[in-house]
Amino acid sequence: MSDFPTSAKVVVIGAGIVGNCLVGHLARLGWTDLVLLDKGPLPNPGGSTGHASNFIFPVDHNKEMALLGEQSANQYRDMNLSVDSGGIEVARTQERMDELQRRMTSAAAWGIEAHLLDPAQVKELVPFVNEDVILGGFYCPTVSVVDSLETGTVMRKEAIEKAGCQVFANTEVLDILTDDTPRPNGRRKVTGVVTDKGTIDAEYVVVACGVWSNQIAYMADTYIPLVPAVHQMADVGPLDVLAETNNEIGYPIVRDMDTFCYERQSAGSMEVGSYAHRPILHHPDEIPSNEEAALSPTEMPFTADDFDQQMEEAIELMDMLGDAEIKYAINGLLSLTPDAMPCLGELPDVENFWAASAVWVKEGPGMAQVVAEWMTHGYPRVIDSHGADVARFYDEEKSDEHIWARASEHFNKTYGIVHPAEQWESRRHLVEAPFKSRQEALGAEFFQARVWERPQWYTSNADLVERYGLEERCVEWDNRWWNPITVGEHLNLRENCGLIDLSAFQIFELEGPGAVEFADYLAVNKIDVPVGRSVYTPWLNQDGGFHSDLTMMRMAEDRVRIVTGVFDGGRDEFWVRKHMPNDGSVTFTNLTKQISTLGLWGPNAPAVLGQLTDHDLSHEGSPYGSYLPVTIAGVECHLFRISYVGDTGWEIYMPWDEAGTVFDAIMEAGKDHGLRITGGGVYSLSGRIEKGYRLMGAELESEYNPIEAGLARPKVKAADFIGKEAYLAAREAGAEVQCVTLIVDDNVDSHGNERFMQGGNEPILTLDGERIVDSHGRISRVTTAGYSPSLGKNLLMGYLPNELAVPGTKLQSMYMNELYPCTVVGSGSAFDPEDTRLKG
Amino acid sequence: MKILCCVKRVPAPGAKINVTADGQDVDAAHLGFTTSPHEECAVEGAVQLIEEHGGEVTVLTLGTGDAEEQLRYAVSVGATHGVLVEADTNQWDPQRTAQAITAAIRELEGDEPFDLIMFGNESADAGGFQVGIRTAMALGRPIVQGIKGVEISDDTITARREIDGGFEVYELPRPAVLGIKEGLNLPRYPTMKGRLASKKVELNSITASAAEGGQARVKLHRPEETVSETVILGTGAEAAAAVVDVLDELGVL
Repeated sequence: MSDFPTSAKVVVIGAGIVGNCLVGHLARLGWTDLVLLDKGPLPNPGGSTGHASNFIFPVDHNKEMALLGEQSANQYRDMNLSVDSGGIEVARTQERMDELQRRMTSAAAWGIEAHLLDPAQVKELVPFVNEDVILGGFYCPTVSVVDSLETGTVMRKEAIEKAGCQVFANTEVLDILTDDTPRPNGRRKVTGVVTDKGTIDAEYVVVACGVWSNQIAYMADTYIPLVPAVHQMADVGPLDVLAETNNEIGYPIVRDMDTFCYERQSAGSMEVGSYAHRPILHHPDEIPSNEEAALSPTEMPFTADDFDQQMEEAIELMDMLGDAEIKYAINGLLSLTPDAMPCLGELPDVENFWAASAVWVKEGPGMAQVVAEWMTHGYPRVIDSHGADVARFYDEEKSDEHIWARASEHFNKTYGIVHPAEQWESRRHLVEAPFKSRQEALGAEFFQARVWERPQWYTSNADLVERYGLEERCVEWDNRWWNPITVGEHLNLRENCGLIDLSAFQIFELEGPGAVEFADYLAVNKIDVPVGRSVYTPWLNQDGGFHSDLTMMRMAEDRVRIVTGVFDGGRDEFWVRKHMPNDGSVTFTNLTKQISTLGLWGPNAPAVLGQLTDHDLSHEGSPYGSYLPVTIAGVECHLFRISYVGDTGWEIYMPWDEAGTVFDAIMEAGKDHGLRITGGGVYSLSGRIEKGYRLMGAELESEYNPIEAGLARPKVKAADFIGKEAYLAAREAGAEVQCVTLIVDDNVDSHGNERFMQGGNEPILTLDGERIVDSHGRISRVTTAGYSPSLGKNLLMGYLPNELAVPGTKLQSMYMNELYPCTVVGSGSAFDPEDTRLKG
Repeated sequence: MKILCCVKRVPAPGAKINVTADGQDVDAAHLGFTTSPHEECAVEGAVQLIEEHGGEVTVLTLGTGDAEEQLRYAVSVGATHGVLVEADTNQWDPQRTAQAITAAIRELEGDEPFDLIMFGNESADAGGFQVGIRTAMALGRPIVQGIKGVEISDDTITARREIDGGFEVYELPRPAVLGIKEGLNLPRYPTMKGRLASKKVELNSITASAAEGGQARVKLHRPEETVSETVILGTGAEAAAAVVDVLDELGVL
């Protein structure tokens, strides 16, 4: 009989697929003194794992989800707790058939066997399908069905055997204890867990309790933004054709994509599951206890009315289901987050308090490994996990209102056809630039970057379409979330100049006697530079891969400003807070909503700005990289000479409250210089890709280092910095791959349509159609795709092995399952490679 | 043949049943609803009888509009018609319920009585054991409770009831009333087509009218739970010492 512990190194809350795999992976990594708790009984404590349909479709357009799905599938296979049933996504519409071509492309990227089938071929594999209602199918032989409960048991036992993990079922967490002593980094620290069996002092606490996670986070006054949501499932049978297989699963799983349903054999019956019904969300308080629940807490009463439509459609696809009995039907709960990605990693507010939540069975073991590695090494090694990092959320994304609205919006897109640029409908205009009324007056088409609204193009520039003779794209998919005005704005910027709202920049400041030393500790490049200079620099993780890519400005002897992108603000702020000294030598301030930013670029930019300041704007008076105080229209601003679009000009930083004055003055000054207000489409895509500028989260991920990205400087600074040792070793070893731009030589598809590549992750292949994979298993794939208005060509970015990264190398890229010839430009720019325009 | 089954909408709770703050009801905030198990068997039995002999099964419930769910469920497993005797709650006392159901049956029957009326032996929630008997008495028809076997011949209904070591057999003239017990059969689940068809069936609605009865609910009370703890002493030979300790503690060695 084991006594309840009073202390532990790590307490993991939740013994579902994630918590069990997590203690197993921690044990493999050498951790000991582990405690695993669950309020329910074992082996099925009553969470979402217990009612999961347990299948894994390995193809996903999203890299993190695809590779962690594959990682998970392999772990299930290694334990012999997995069967390859195969699976078919069937299409009822032409639009879905097009999407299946896109699925084929992603399958090719990840190296997953896949076949497009005609209806008769689908019927050959699944004889009870009504081939008359489908147009075709996407067949993946390695779709697998796993035993998630047994996997949890095996991993838990491994943790018990290897690390002496203590396991307590039927143990409810009542509170999370934290040390709230104020510290300069603003973080509290977890110290323990109060349960109904006693209190455990703990160094680390991990929340792995699925739908209850946010409830546990609340106990520590923080958030894991997710909501329990219903996924309806009915088990119908018995069906002779299934029973005759004498197998848990003898036929491929069918995903009826256009009805958002699936049919999965479960021994002699069929499970019909749905993501088609209205979003049904619950507050965690509404989930019954194990004792109160008729089935289990997360198998809530079936609301039959919500499922009738799906039944009709299921019968349409498989007539035999109509006469089968509905033996079991539930409103099964699973976790949804505001952006449909999991919540992994340390919580920004509370040191050593970790999230391993909103993870489904299909990614469970892989994501548990991510968290275990993250806790061990300071960063997950298995894959870059920035998309799942719980630090990504801004405050506006943590409210119930936001979580519920977004979860409601994306639930029905679980099997949806989601365009890479697709915008949210709900919860818009949460944070807006100070120029909002001016932007609206100019016809801004707003795109949202996390919570920030940014104009993508302006309809007031519609005349540019005629001026430059531009056209809509002939294929609707390529035209979606796009407008030829953006090309007009680009060409005008190159011909005259453009003014771009950059207010979503995330701006932080470090101040104090230790500020510069700490700033240098974060950055690869030297930050201890003269006041008024800026440094574009990577931040590395402990393994020398990219954590961030941003600019830092020496504002004063003891003050450093950090400017980073809106998609990385949360993660970067957390990174700073996590690593900053707590001895009072450095203070951290987030100035994002106090400072607004505009970008003014183009050959006429100096002439426009010259009317507004007496400051010497020549390259002597305002050299590249300088960050200088100037007065514009009576407002104290900073001019930062830099460019992310490849033309000369400045980022202009100004007080939020006076930003409108500066905006008006610049627009007025630009009247006779062809200045146009210009959208983010130019800044973040067309201007950037022409110049081959790398983007965090696209080209720059933790799997790659600055040498490979072409961002390493000739020398390494003397000061220590995070990842330095690994960085030095990487420099010594040399790059195996290089980040390059490719030009698509011919973009006409087999139907004679010009195509314009969207999205990313499409494979780059040899002329023989072979995948290109380096010795680390990294795949050559499109990290950014975009049209270059200046060159009139599609450009792609990605990593290639050295021998292929040579300018002029002929390769192929895939898009919508067709191959397009392309040529390597090299690691530099496809447009103005000598940077003559920057010199302006 | 015309058979009537009277059913009741009841919560489907787990092991722990919560009571509302006012003590007047089971807290069903997070519960689904079902038909009392005895009545599920009654409906299944009735459906089997008409499958064998031909005819129609009408299912009747007294309650609010929510109870349509149980009527449609019965239709989805083979009942022919559904009748809602509309009341402001699902919890009228047995006397009033029986009075309203009796009135409804008279209205439904006109000159043509049901050959057989089936009730559950008692409801799963209130467990009053009264409504069937009161209704039968009011209609002047014979009733036997606790029935786990039913057969019908031309004029006779044969009903079996389990007793210690055997069973009793009753022969009743038609029309008659039976109180059915779980175990009569294994009720089928609805098929998908059955469920979809049930959605299209038009339900008959009758406004219940009956004076309040003499039984009132004072308060529901949940008794203290007796918690039993299971301790695993170990597995295999290693557990022997712990087992000896426990036996010693119990004073049986």
